[in-house]
Amino acid sequence: MIALTDYLVLGAILFCLSVAGIFLNRKNVIILLMSIELMLLSVNFNFIAFSRFLDDSIGQVFVFFILTVAAAESAIGLAILVVLFRNRRTINVADLDMLKG
Amino acid sequence: MGFEKFLFYVFALILIFAAVRVITVRNSVHAALFLVLAFFTSAALWLLIEAEFLAITMVLVYVGAVMVLFLFVVMMLDLNISPTREGFIKYLPVGAAIAAVIVIEMVLVVGSGYFSSDQYQLISHPSDYSNTKELGSVLYTFYVYPFEIASVILLVAIIAAISLTLRRREGVKSQNPSQQIRVSRNDRVRLVNVTAEKKQ
Amino acid sequence: MQNVYLGIVLAPLFGAIIAGLFGRKIGRAGAHWVTIIGVGIAFLLSLVVLRHHVFNGAEPYNDTVYTWMMIEGIRLEVGFLVDNLTAVMICTVTFVSLMVHIYTIGYMHDDDGYQRFFSYIALFTFAMLMLVMANNFLQLFFGWEGVGLVSYLLIGFWYKRESATFASLKAFLVNRVGDFGFLLGIAAVLMAFNSLDYADVFAAAPLMAKVTVQIVPGVDWSLMTVTCILLFIGAMGKSAQVPLHVWLPDSMEGPTPISALIHAATMVTAGIFMVARMSPLFELSETALSFVLVIGPITALFMGFLGIIHNDIKRVVAYSTLSQLGYMTVALGVSAYPAAIFHLMTHAFFKALLFLGAGSVIIAMHHEQDIRKMGGLWKYMPITWLTFLIGTLALIGTPGFSGFYSKDSILEAVHFSHIAGSGFAYFAVMLGVFVTSFYSFRLYFLVFHGKERMDHHTQAHLHETPAVVTLPLILLAIPSVIIGALTIGPLLFGDGFGGSIFVAPEHNVLEHVKEEFHGALNFALHGVIGLPFILVVLGFLTAFILYMLKPELPGLIQQRFAMLYGIMERKYLFDEIYQSVFMRGGRSLGTTLWKYGDAGLIDGLLVNGGARLVGWFAAVARHLQTGYLYTYAFAMIIGLLILLTWFVAR
Repeated sequence: MIALTDYLVLGAILFCLSVAGIFLNRKNVIILLMSIELMLLSVNFNFIAFSRFLDDSIGQVFVFFILTVAAAESAIGLAILVVLFRNRRTINVADLDMLKG
Repeated sequence: MGFEKFLFYVFALILIFAAVRVITVRNSVHAALFLVLAFFTSAALWLLIEAEFLAITMVLVYVGAVMVLFLFVVMMLDLNISPTREGFIKYLPVGAAIAAVIVIEMVLVVGSGYFSSDQYQLISHPSDYSNTKELGSVLYTFYVYPFEIASVILLVAIIAAISLTLRRREGVKSQNPSQQIRVSRNDRVRLVNVTAEKKQ
Repeated sequence: MQNVYLGIVLAPLFGAIIAGLFGRKIGRAGAHWVTIIGVGIAFLLSLVVLRHHVFNGAEPYNDTVYTWMMIEGIRLEVGFLVDNLTAVMICTVTFVSLMVHIYTIGYMHDDDGYQRFFSYIALFTFAMLMLVMANNFLQLFFGWEGVGLVSYLLIGFWYKRESATFASLKAFLVNRVGDFGFLLGIAAVLMAFNSLDYADVFAAAPLMAKVTVQIVPGVDWSLMTVTCILLFIGAMGKSAQVPLHVWLPDSMEGPTPISALIHAATMVTAGIFMVARMSPLFELSETALSFVLVIGPITALFMGFLGIIHNDIKRVVAYSTLSQLGYMTVALGVSAYPAAIFHLMTHAFFKALLFLGAGSVIIAMHHEQDIRKMGGLWKYMPITWLTFLIGTLALIGTPGFSGFYSKDSILEAVHFSHIAGSGFAYFAVMLGVFVTSFYSFRLYFLVFHGKERMDHHTQAHLHETPAVVTLPLILLAIPSVIIGALTIGPLLFGDGFGGSIFVAPEHNVLEHVKEEFHGALNFALHGVIGLPFILVVLGFLTAFILYMLKPELPGLIQQRFAMLYGIMERKYLFDEIYQSVFMRGGRSLGTTLWKYGDAGLIDGLLVNGGARLVGWFAAVARHLQTGYLYTYAFAMIIGLLILLTWFVAR
C-alpha cells in the first residue's frame, strides 16, 4: 500500500530540487519560472496526499485554486519576460538591475 | 510490495529524474520538455491516489496550455544561453548543500512517525465513486465565491498578458474594421460630369 | 483705602507706560509731565497713607487685590500689606523719586533718550512700590526683580558706551547671584510653611524655630538659619554688601539721577527693607543675625576706606553709599530694625541730595567727574555748595542733622548688643565714623574749596545750574536737616512702626538705647560730647590738614604706602578675583562644555552620530537589497531553512 509518507517525501524532494534549481539557474528567468512551477507542484503533492489520506476533498479544491493561480502567474510572468526581452534583448537576471541603487 | 507501490516508485523515480534534468540542462527548450515529463508523471502519481480530476486538469492546463506557452516563449526569444549559465558550476555546491540540508530536515519531519499513524489510512472508494463529481459538489457550493474570484483572476491574467505584450508598430498596414464599417458612399464614390467630346 | 494703595502703585506705572510707549507722540515735555504727575500723585497718596497709619494709628491693611492662581492650596496673588513700615518706606521712595524726576528735567536736558529715561524711572518707582507694599513673597520677588531689571536698563542707559553696557551686565549678573540665594530662601519658606503669604508665614514662624533640616546628609541645620541666610544673600546682592558689592561702584556709569534714585536712595535699600520686613523670621535665628552682623561692618568699614582714595566724584559717593548700607546691615544684625529703617530713610534723603549735588557739579563741569580737576566751586554755584555741605554734614553725623540721629542710634544699639560679632561690629562702625568724616570732607574740600584746578574753558563757563536742578537740592536738603530730629522719637522709641517689626525681647537693644533717650535735642547735645562726634571732628581735621593746609601731603602718603594704595585703588582686587575665578572659570567651563558637551557629545555623538549610525546601518543593509531576483529568492530560502531547522530542533 502506498503510504502518506511516500508522497510527502516525494513532495519534499521535488521542493528541494526546485530550490536547488533557483540557486543554480540564478541567471535564467525561464528556468527560474519553471523551478517555481516545480515548487508549486510539490506543494500540490502534499495537498492531494493529505486530502486523500484524510478523505477530505477540500484539499483538492485548494489544489484546483493553486493550479488556477499558477497558470495566471506563469502567463503574466512570461508576458513580462517577453516585454523585457523586447526592451533589453536579454533575460539574464544579472542585467535586470535597473532598480538597483 | 504491491503493484501500486511498484508503480509509485517507478513514477517517482521518473519524476525526480525529470525534475533534476529541468534544473540542470543547458537548453531551455529541453528544460521545458523535461518539465512536461514531470507534469505527466505527477499526473500519473495523482491518478494513483484517485485524484483523477486534478490529474486530468494537470495534463490539460499545464501540459496543454502553460507548458506550450513556455515552449512558445522560449523558442520565440532569441536566447543566448551561455551568459545565463554563468556561475552554474560555481553555485552547484552551495545549491546542492542547501537542497541536501532541506531534504534531510524534511525527511526528519516527515519520517518522524507523526504522519504514519493510523489516522492516515488510504480509504478505498466503491467503484462508482467519482472524484470529479465530489469535487464539483464542493466547488460549486461551499467554494462558489472563491471559484468566481479565481475566474476573475484568470481574466485579469489574460488582460494583463495581452496588454503587456501588445505593441503598435509604425508602418504596419492593417485593416481598421470600424472604419471599414463606418464608411459611406460619399467617401468612396465621386460623381464627375464629363463633357462629351466632339466626334472628330 | 484700597483705592489709595492701588493709586500709589498704578500712577507711576501709568506714567511709565505712557512715557514709554507713546513717548514720541507726547514729546519730551509730555513725557516728563506725565511721569512727574504720576509719581506726584503717588507721593501725595503716600502722605495720606502715612497720616492714616502712623499718625492716626490705623490698623495695618492686609488684603488681596488679585488672585493670580492657586496651586494645590498655595495662593499666588497680588496683595498689599500696608503698615507703618510700609508707610514710611513709600513716603521715602515716592518723595526721593519725585525729586529725582524733577531734577532729571535739568540733567537729561540734552539727551536723546529723554522719554525713555522718564519711562524707566517711573517704572522703577512702580516696581519699588510693589516690592515695598507686597504682602507675599511672590510679589516681593516680582518687585525685587523689577527694580533689578530697571536698574540694569538704567545703568546701561547710554548703551552706546561699552563701559556702560559692561557695568549694566555686571550689575545684573552680580544681582543674579544674590537673587539665586533669595529665590532659594523663598523656596525654603514655601517648603517649610506651604504658603507665600507674610501673615501665614510670620504666624507660623515661632513653631519652626527648633525645626532642623538636613541639606548635607547627616548635618542638622536649623531651618530658620538656612532660610534667613539665604534670604539675606538676596539682600546682600541687592543692597551691595561685601562680597556682592562690586556692581554698585560700576553702576555709576548710569546717568546721575539714577545713581541718586536707585543706587543710593531706594533700590539698594530693598535688601534692608526686606530683612526688616522678615524680622519675625530673623529673630528666630541668632546664627543668621551673627552672619548679618559680620557682613555689615566689613562693608561699612572697608568700603569707606575705598572712598578715601578714589577720585571720581560719583564713585566716592557710591562708596559712601556702600559704607552706609553696611551701617544699616549692622543695625539689622543687632536686631535694631527700626534703627536700620530710620537710617535708611535719612540716608535716602541726604544721599540723594549728595548725588544730585554731585550731578549738579558734573553739569557745571561739563561732565568732568574727576575731583582732582575741580576745586573752589563754592563761589560759582552757591546753592549746590550749601546743599552739598548740608548733605555732607548729615552724612558724617553732625549732631542735629538727620544722619546723626540715625547713625548714633545704630552705634548705641551695637554697643548694647550681645550677639556674637557685636564687639567687632562696634569697633568697625566706630572706625567707620572717622573714615566717613574723612572721605566726605576730602570730597567736599577737593570739590568746593582749595585751588581751582579745572582748565580755563570750563572755568569760564562755570555757573549755577538751573532751577529744576537746584529745587530738588533744596527740597532734599530740608529733610536732610530736620527729618531725623522730627522722627527719631516716634520711629525709634515710640510706637512708630506699630506691630510691623518684631524684635525678640532678649535682642531688644533699642530698649536700652531708649532708656538713655530724653528727647531729640537732648540726644543731640549728648552726642556733641560722645565718642562718635570726636571721631567725626578728627576726620574733619585730618581732611582739612591733608587737603587744605598741606595739599602735597596726600601724594607723599600715597607714595609711602604705594602697595596698600595699589590694592585699594583696585578695590581690594575683588574685580580681579571675580574675573579670574568666576568669569574665566565660567568661560572655561562653558568652553569645555561647548567643546566636549555640545560639539562632542550632542553634536558629535548624538546628532551626527545618530545620522552616521543610520548611514552605517543603511550601508550594511544595502547589501541585502541588491535589486537582483536571486538575492530575494535566496533570502526566502534561507528563511525557510531557519524555520525548518527550528521546527526540527524543537
